[in-house]
Amino acid sequence: MMAKAGDWVLIHNIVLKPEERAPQVPDDTKKVPLECLVKGFLIEDGVVGDTVRVKTITGRIEQGTLREVNPTYTHDYGKFIPELLQIGITLRETLFGGEDNE
Amino acid sequence: MSKDMSYAGVMSRRNEIMKNAIGIDYDVFESGGISFDYEKMMRETGYTLEEMTKIQRSTGVGNTPLLEMKNITKLVRKISPEGKGARIFIKDEAANPSGSFKARRAANAVYHAKKLGYKGVIAATSGNYGAAVASQAAMYGLKCIIVQECYDSQGKGQPEIIEKARKCEAYGAEVIQLTTGPELFYTFLKLLEETGYFNASLYTPFGIAGVETLGYEISMECREKFGRDPDVVVCTNAGGGNLTGTARGLQKAGADLVEVVAASVDLSGLHMASDTQFNKKSFTTGHTGFGIPFSTWPDRSDVPRSAGRPLRYMDRYVIVTQGEVFYTTEALAQLEGVERGPAGNTSLAAAISIARELDEDKIIIVQETEYTGAGKHIQPQLSFARDNGIEIRFGDPKDEVPGENIILPKDPSYIKANDIDLNKLKRSYIKNCIEKNPDSHVTKEDIQFLAEDTKSSVEFVESILKDL
Repeated sequence: MMAKAGDWVLIHNIVLKPEERAPQVPDDTKKVPLECLVKGFLIEDGVVGDTVRVKTITGRIEQGTLREVNPTYTHDYGKFIPELLQIGITLRETLFGGEDNE
Repeated sequence: MSKDMSYAGVMSRRNEIMKNAIGIDYDVFESGGISFDYEKMMRETGYTLEEMTKIQRSTGVGNTPLLEMKNITKLVRKISPEGKGARIFIKDEAANPSGSFKARRAANAVYHAKKLGYKGVIAATSGNYGAAVASQAAMYGLKCIIVQECYDSQGKGQPEIIEKARKCEAYGAEVIQLTTGPELFYTFLKLLEETGYFNASLYTPFGIAGVETLGYEISMECREKFGRDPDVVVCTNAGGGNLTGTARGLQKAGADLVEVVAASVDLSGLHMASDTQFNKKSFTTGHTGFGIPFSTWPDRSDVPRSAGRPLRYMDRYVIVTQGEVFYTTEALAQLEGVERGPAGNTSLAAAISIARELDEDKIIIVQETEYTGAGKHIQPQLSFARDNGIEIRFGDPKDEVPGENIILPKDPSYIKANDIDLNKLKRSYIKNCIEKNPDSHVTKEDIQFLAEDTKSSVEFVESILKDL
């Protein structure tokens, strides 16, 4: 996807390669790089996958791989958890229901 | 000559970077060994209670409602022996501008940054504190950068942290999202060096002093409503600042008889810096992964001396399970009509258990709540857990194994907070102090300091030292 200079984009870069990671990091974490995601205004035109520079909202210049144009929030309320329904039903029954309430 | 930007290079400049970014010379309070002058640090670099209250009121922080949990109290009495079941209240901190008590800490830190002339503020946090700093920075017209630990190496992120990033961005902050690892601190230092912004650390004297208003308000409101102080205040414990500030505020009100209880979610067995275990936990704060290490070594934080020193003020420390907290969150919504985020309900879950031990005329205050919404709600957090292979079922929470299952209590009588042995924590803290200062001779002042810092006695410290 083509992005124009000035577009609001998400970029990705590697902060530390696996061999550069801190000595105290557990073994599973040491196998992978430390990665970073930052958003900013694209400085020059680019295509997703290109190495580009952006100006962040605080005015810093960051470089990385172009990931997404107009990055969207995708978090939501998740899949329904039916067990949660039972909590309210049984608590209300315990508190307000039963013989005392009839 | 360009600076060494490698991990080791940046870390070696840590003290110098921090000095510039906080404006406190910690050497002034140092003795050269284990002890330091904590009260002097709080006095000379913090703010008075009156000043803090004024600063917070000017941005709409504090003075939050104290709500009685009438139905939860009734429920507790149904499952308690005759005459038992204390009254439970929550201090509704979600009413703060950024949706949590963290606005109190941020209000003072950001005010201080503005006063010292910094152009912007930076905080390293995945939690509510980031939103609080961003919210306050917006009000003061300062720039703001929040650095988060957000994703595992597969690019999967906790819904709760992702929501917090959205909230920070909503307030105009720049959010830097990292994958798992303690090198977040390295990125944080690089940013401080690059921007010259203020380190709005959670652990500075102004950050902690900001919470004192919370403890003070609790005491004042209870005296107004009941003519006396509460019997128990339960604080969710992670880095220790929440408990420290609240307890100091209670002391400033003269509420010396209140029992201060710490509560954390049990995440034992999960390594906090592990890429593969990162998404196996359903709580990103208020858990034992922070609560225990920060209690036994508070100076592990991002400042040379942490102003959050929980063992100094803690009377009791209990742990609750993830399942118990999720269950309690649903109970709060269903029985009290108050929908709040799960992490802030850690202490409510503990309070339900503690209330059963106490007489009906006793008063327990749960000193925080937090906002909720997409990502930061029991539904997405449990859904995320299930997607990550965590079993969710009803049962006895004592069978819960963090990272394997989440057990919702069969009924409220199964909510049972477990005590952590405080003397063990105190011993571990004293041991850490000795190990981190291998060259220093333990002086009389050090022993006195350790006694104060562990809320124990000179005899207790001496007996531990003898054993080591």
